[in-house]
Amino acid sequence: MLDIQNLHVVFGTGRLRVEAVKNVSFHVAAGESYGLVGESGSGKSTVLRAICGLAPISDGRVSVDGREVTTPRGKDFYRTVQMVFQDPYASLHPRHTVDRILSEPLAIHGEKDAEARILQALREVGLGSSFRFRYPHQLSGGQRQRIAIARALILRPKVLLLDEPTSALDASVQAEILNLLDELRRKMGLTYILVSHDLAVVAHLCERLLVMRHGEAIEETSAAALRTSQASNSYTQSLIQASQGYSRAAPDSTSIAV
Amino acid sequence: MTKPLLEVEDLRVRFHLRTGTVEAVRGVSFQLGRERLGIVGESGSGKSQTGRAILGLTPPPGEVTAGRLAFDGIDLLTASRRTLRTLRGGRISMVMQDPKYSLNPVMTIGEQIIEAYQAHAKAGRGEARDRALAMLEAVKMRDPGRVFALYPHEVSGGMGQRAMIAMMLVTEPDLLIADEPTSALDVTVSMEILRILDELVSERGMGLIFISHDLKLVSSFCDRVLVMYAGRVVEELEAKHLREAKHPYTQGLMSCLPTLANDVRPLPTLNRDPAWAQ
Repeated sequence: MLDIQNLHVVFGTGRLRVEAVKNVSFHVAAGESYGLVGESGSGKSTVLRAICGLAPISDGRVSVDGREVTTPRGKDFYRTVQMVFQDPYASLHPRHTVDRILSEPLAIHGEKDAEARILQALREVGLGSSFRFRYPHQLSGGQRQRIAIARALILRPKVLLLDEPTSALDASVQAEILNLLDELRRKMGLTYILVSHDLAVVAHLCERLLVMRHGEAIEETSAAALRTSQASNSYTQSLIQASQGYSRAAPDSTSIAV
Repeated sequence: MTKPLLEVEDLRVRFHLRTGTVEAVRGVSFQLGRERLGIVGESGSGKSQTGRAILGLTPPPGEVTAGRLAFDGIDLLTASRRTLRTLRGGRISMVMQDPKYSLNPVMTIGEQIIEAYQAHAKAGRGEARDRALAMLEAVKMRDPGRVFALYPHEVSGGMGQRAMIAMMLVTEPDLLIADEPTSALDVTVSMEILRILDELVSERGMGLIFISHDLKLVSSFCDRVLVMYAGRVVEELEAKHLREAKHPYTQGLMSCLPTLANDVRPLPTLNRDPAWAQ
């Protein structure tokens, strides 16, 4: 479904040149859920942004459904691939109602029957029609993220790019959104690429994942291996350990050069 | 424990707004000795307002009332502004969530630590400088001399947070309130910060209030945990007995987190009972 070959992303030139992503390759099959894990500055979000055209592809290939993507991306691309951002407080237009937020992608793509589609999209993410004419500030964080997911799904894409979809939310709301994403994938046969710093979230939602650090791919592994703490790479090991909470006895395995 | 370091009794924080009065903290009581106390809750539970109220940092138009709010026998509610000033940053200090917003962007890190030290101790510049450098070393900065001369925007989040901890601890406080000190940081960096806090607490016998939304982290780090919901403490328990939590909210918070150890699907969600907020 999605194939990334030797992706490089470079920002700036000369003295300001930063190689945010260095030679990253991975393949995601249709219906699969793939995780990108790493700490801040590891380039995991940049990979996602390069796929959907928000960051430049400096070198390498990105193909969706067997076809290499063009720059700028065409309408077809956005019918296939949609993105959900981290912070639902920042990613929804504060002066647009839910109705307007959801009808915009439909208008851009010349879809008919907007009303029915909007109501259906709201139902799919577990919100009633009563939410249709509210503004984002009248919604809780979890409800906003549901609207962001509805907006991404309203064009019936095959691939959903999820950039830390739950890290701005409370633990109990995170559980609701994770359940929703799980259920939607099963129902609609979606392909996910999930970026997160939380190993437990990635292991919950994804089958396979890539650990990134300083823009490079460190290790490709599976959720099953994570659950049994089988990681060949010491960095992955230290991430697993850190995700178990603070340990007084632990040696200084975490004091890796920052 | 002979005399508690901090006594809080029936603490209430109210905000009188145009649309009515919002009570953010509703009758919180606890005592703190020289130990690590965690306050856990979701957003809006009043955990941060509790920490701020202790320091008298409730933003206007907030109103703080309490049956008793005393630090080391000093009544914080009736204390003069002058007394409060000597306590704040001196004997009680606070580490905020995000070093990006809470450090002064136009002062070097070293200058800020010196300023904090000289505000509370009669010390010459030379001595203050030595103290600042020693403190930067205590929070495991690899090159204290270099970091001393840097501006906050020139350091990473982890280093900024360590600089802030250095600044807060340079006056050797008896009580440190840490409000989500690691939430803006990467996991491996936050483990390092916690290790530093842990050492400082056990070495100096400081009291620590650790405010966080992360139940798992708090229970692995603190001695005792207060769980807050809608402005009230719904449960208080020993951190090591967290698994035996009685309150449905604490249990719900525990079980709704995905873990690496168990694959639960779908994740249990929290059914909020209006009775919890009573």
